[in-house]
Amino acid sequence: MRDIILFTLIVAAGTGGELCVSKAMKEVGEATSFHPIEIAKVILRALRVPWMWLGVAMMAIAFFALLGALSLYNVSFVVPVTALSYVAGAFGGVAFLREKVSPQRWLGVLLVAIGVTLVFLGKS
Amino acid sequence: MTSAKTLHLKTYLMIAVIIVAAPLGNVLLAKGMKHSGDLSIWPPSALFHTALNVFASPSIWLGVACLVTFFVAYMLVLSWADYSFVQPASSLSYGMVALLGYLLLGEHISLLRWAGIAVICAGVFVVGRTNPRTTAHQASEQL
Repeated sequence: MRDIILFTLIVAAGTGGELCVSKAMKEVGEATSFHPIEIAKVILRALRVPWMWLGVAMMAIAFFALLGALSLYNVSFVVPVTALSYVAGAFGGVAFLREKVSPQRWLGVLLVAIGVTLVFLGKS
Repeated sequence: MTSAKTLHLKTYLMIAVIIVAAPLGNVLLAKGMKHSGDLSIWPPSALFHTALNVFASPSIWLGVACLVTFFVAYMLVLSWADYSFVQPASSLSYGMVALLGYLLLGEHISLLRWAGIAVICAGVFVVGRTNPRTTAHQASEQL
């Protein structure tokens, strides 16, 4: 039960956070220079987008869940299992955003799920 | 204005930062958590002590620094590149984390786990090769 809660938080909060951050960065616009001052400006602009804060909050939750999981299991087990976010993303896209997921994408998602299953079976 | 060549160069540079910084960060966090002693989170006073222990670990802070580096690189690359390109490219992190876990933490990685990681990477690549958008939009920059 504890493991299910930890991995669900890592996957769900992590994926949700990434999507929010991605949305925020699209609003901020392209970073055109790697000069530290330019990077700082981009970060400051990003901090003014509410989606960024929501994304960061969700990623923080995922982070503490990750710390919990890492205290229990090997990192080479925990990180591959977090790839379940691809499976969650596909189902979430269909269920909440009414996206059309192509057969090829389902194939990729299926491969990820098989891979995670193998990692679980290879848990030593 | 960004030329196609510069765009590709800076994209691959950021991807390289991502697939090194993220796994290294996770491995350092794992190292810190394994050496943080008692990790009770109940009652709240125990949670407080656990938090103090965890954040007194240099590995945790180094790991956080790596993940912040990863996060900034990720933010920057997402400001110009498609999520559907960045996502499969970053899947190499799964191989890297196993490699670093083995090299730095001496984790035993079974053949089955390596196979699983390879299949995960293959799956992520297949996901990334699908059309990123089903709605009409401007033709994206081609090489």
